[in-house]
Amino acid sequence: MRKLALNDEILLKIEKPARYIGNEVNSVMKDPEKVDIRFAMCFPDVYEIGMSHLGIQILYDMFNRREDVWCERVYSPWVDLDQIMRKEQIPLFALESQDPVKSFDFLGITIQYEMCYTNILQVLELSQIPLFSSERSDEDPIVIGGGPCAYNPEPLADFFDLFYIGEGETVYGELLDAYKENKRRGGSRKDYLEMAAEIEGIYVPSFYDVTYHEDGTIADFRPVNSHAKERIKKQFVMDITDTCYPSSPVVPFIKVTQDRVVLEIQRGCIRGCRFCQAGMIYRPTRERDLEMLKKYAYEILKNTGHEEISLSSLSSSDYSSLKELVLFLIEEFKGKGINISLPSLRIDAFSLDVMEKVQDVRKSSLTFAPEAGSQRMRNVINKGLTEEDILNGAGEAFEGGWNKVKLYFMLGLPTETEEDMRAIAELADKIARRYYEIPKEKRNGKCQITASSSFFIPKPFTPFQWAPMFSNEEYISRAAVVKHAFGEQLNRKSLKYNWHDAEVTVLEGVFARGDRRVGAVLLEAYRLGCLYDSWTDYFDYEKWQKAFENTGASMEFYNQRERSFKEILPWDFIDTGVIKEFLMKEWERALKGEVTPNCRQQCSGCGVLKWKGGVCIEGKN
Amino acid sequence: MKARIKFRKYGVMKFIGHLDVMRYFQKAMRRAEIPIAFTEGYSPHMIMSFAQPLGVGITSEGEYLDIELTKPISSREAIEQLNRVMVEGIDIESFVQISGDKKASGMTITAASDYRVYPCASSRSLEEHIHIPLKWREGIPHFLGENQIIVWKKSKKSEKEVDILPLIYKMHADEDSLYLLLAAGSEQNLKPDLVMEAFLNYMGEPLCPLHYHRLDIRARGEDGAFVPLSDMGTEIL
Repeated sequence: MRKLALNDEILLKIEKPARYIGNEVNSVMKDPEKVDIRFAMCFPDVYEIGMSHLGIQILYDMFNRREDVWCERVYSPWVDLDQIMRKEQIPLFALESQDPVKSFDFLGITIQYEMCYTNILQVLELSQIPLFSSERSDEDPIVIGGGPCAYNPEPLADFFDLFYIGEGETVYGELLDAYKENKRRGGSRKDYLEMAAEIEGIYVPSFYDVTYHEDGTIADFRPVNSHAKERIKKQFVMDITDTCYPSSPVVPFIKVTQDRVVLEIQRGCIRGCRFCQAGMIYRPTRERDLEMLKKYAYEILKNTGHEEISLSSLSSSDYSSLKELVLFLIEEFKGKGINISLPSLRIDAFSLDVMEKVQDVRKSSLTFAPEAGSQRMRNVINKGLTEEDILNGAGEAFEGGWNKVKLYFMLGLPTETEEDMRAIAELADKIARRYYEIPKEKRNGKCQITASSSFFIPKPFTPFQWAPMFSNEEYISRAAVVKHAFGEQLNRKSLKYNWHDAEVTVLEGVFARGDRRVGAVLLEAYRLGCLYDSWTDYFDYEKWQKAFENTGASMEFYNQRERSFKEILPWDFIDTGVIKEFLMKEWERALKGEVTPNCRQQCSGCGVLKWKGGVCIEGKN
Repeated sequence: MKARIKFRKYGVMKFIGHLDVMRYFQKAMRRAEIPIAFTEGYSPHMIMSFAQPLGVGITSEGEYLDIELTKPISSREAIEQLNRVMVEGIDIESFVQISGDKKASGMTITAASDYRVYPCASSRSLEEHIHIPLKWREGIPHFLGENQIIVWKKSKKSEKEVDILPLIYKMHADEDSLYLLLAAGSEQNLKPDLVMEAFLNYMGEPLCPLHYHRLDIRARGEDGAFVPLSDMGTEIL
């Protein structure tokens, strides 16, 4: 029987011991004596969140297909266990073998959002691995980061040995082979980092040096090791049909956020919304073959026993065979007690028809993401959705029996005026009016329109990467303008408005576009006790303010400055395929409120056409 | 047609709570392709019911769930198919046909549960058992000879004084453990930790780490004796 890292006393005392015992269906057990490489794959948040992440399941499956590798999972211990592990000096362990992470060859950490950064430090510290890459010895695991936040790895540069830029399916094999080769030759940690630095897509932060101008902007960023490349090319798989996909993902015992089969139908997005990082860095848009998806739907449902299946992509309505796929799923599985959950679809006749088949109309709500209230603002962000689209979609839905609508907006967008803010409330009201146009006897009581806004955060590699953000106070006052406008609407009793926390927003802003120096703020905040910052109950803004104070870093410098085109941005050394000239052109068009057509309408010359794949060559064979 | 499944729960699975065990079995039914029936209606769910929940930390060799089948499957095949998709720590022991009568469900007929209680050297490991103290051995007849044993019983809603003596059907010391046969079911239910707490308290002994292991869940048989729930069914050929 497996021996657990935690004793019975601890496991019976903490919340949800199932987070720490492994043993789940489809988790992979191997003989540690028979593998060459032990890889600990970590999602730095609590189990229920980490287990819901598709990327880790893909890599876990891919690594474990290799006989010489055993990949295991690690998540952040929840605050109750965190305390106990610190007090009793229990080293953090991987779920499968229950062995300490510090005895592994690699610790891979997926970096999905900025507010998990303190949890990365927690994972390192509880693992008893030195926080700074420079302080690690040959005995310590190689700490490698990946995921969307690795597109600006600089705030984390001191804590990681390597970053993998892009999709994991391409060069991990090479990276692992190089590790074995180095071990065989008796090479040092540095020898390995030098070998890794030569692999495409791999960034070794310690091999680069940054100098700064007096005004704080970057003066120079250059490699200082002959093995390190000038530019790092993002990795991606052109053919996402002929690549590995887990047909037996791990099935957790406890309920997790994504407790269902997830079919990734495509990568990338044709839309080109100017605020959206995913829409830029995952270019070109690539679709998976319909037959492959059908086959996987069967297999994964069979191998997991899940009672629900869902589709994953940035914009499912743009998947060419969506209709066929959805009808197939309904026909095949609906009668077998399998729920089909639909991702955010564009609301039209087809999606309403489908939704009616798979969910209870009376209970479900429709979701629109207009992102901005006024048409002018939507043009600025290149959200190709008109007021007419929204009102028509909502109208059709209301006629079909729906009476609940959710709306998502962003506040604090570039060029936003008070009129744009108020337009959020006005749009919500127009939707309600559309509802009350239906004769009383035909409608289903009152309607409920719930609008939520988050504050816009400029992200690297988007046309808005140069845009200024605002202060905490300014965000709150903008939300107040919207709130006030809601109170003035005719149908205010049918409308509800919520907004996202401004304090988290400004911190996310700093880490999204920060340079190497903000690593010190992160470390200080962690030392002051910040952890689980993405959890409202644990987020402590005062401690973060203190961390800025103690380190002398300026939030305004990172957030409220409009960057010039000439400035060297911390992430400029990464080549995503989308050229900077395109982003500049898009930023200028945004300021003029000009809309850019989507990839299927017309090529706008973003730069990825040179790879000749995906949507770029659709219908051109 | 209805079937009753008996399973063991041990090892690390003792940390998986009752609701999660239910979810686990729902998924296991699909993986094993057991022809289980669903309820009618907009969101159909599997027709499945557990005889008795088992507390976190307790191991067992006699847990039960009843299911409704849409077509027959032989006991042998069902056990084989289910065991193929189990994790370490849950083993399917038997699969038998039971009466379709609602009054025959495991939940309804459960009348008693028996347990072994092992004293442990430390609460750090409930697998490392120690000998039964002589004092306990000697104390049991006196404890059971009392007129009543009043304890505070906490439920979700209230807290009240209860005499648990009539609910202890059997209690004696064996070589390495105490044996308990206690009332169980929807009408009267006594948990073993409540008995041990009362016993040690009565003995003036400090509460020590204990490992509870359920042996079986029982119904009252025709002759009045308590028989395992699995005895109320017949093998499907």
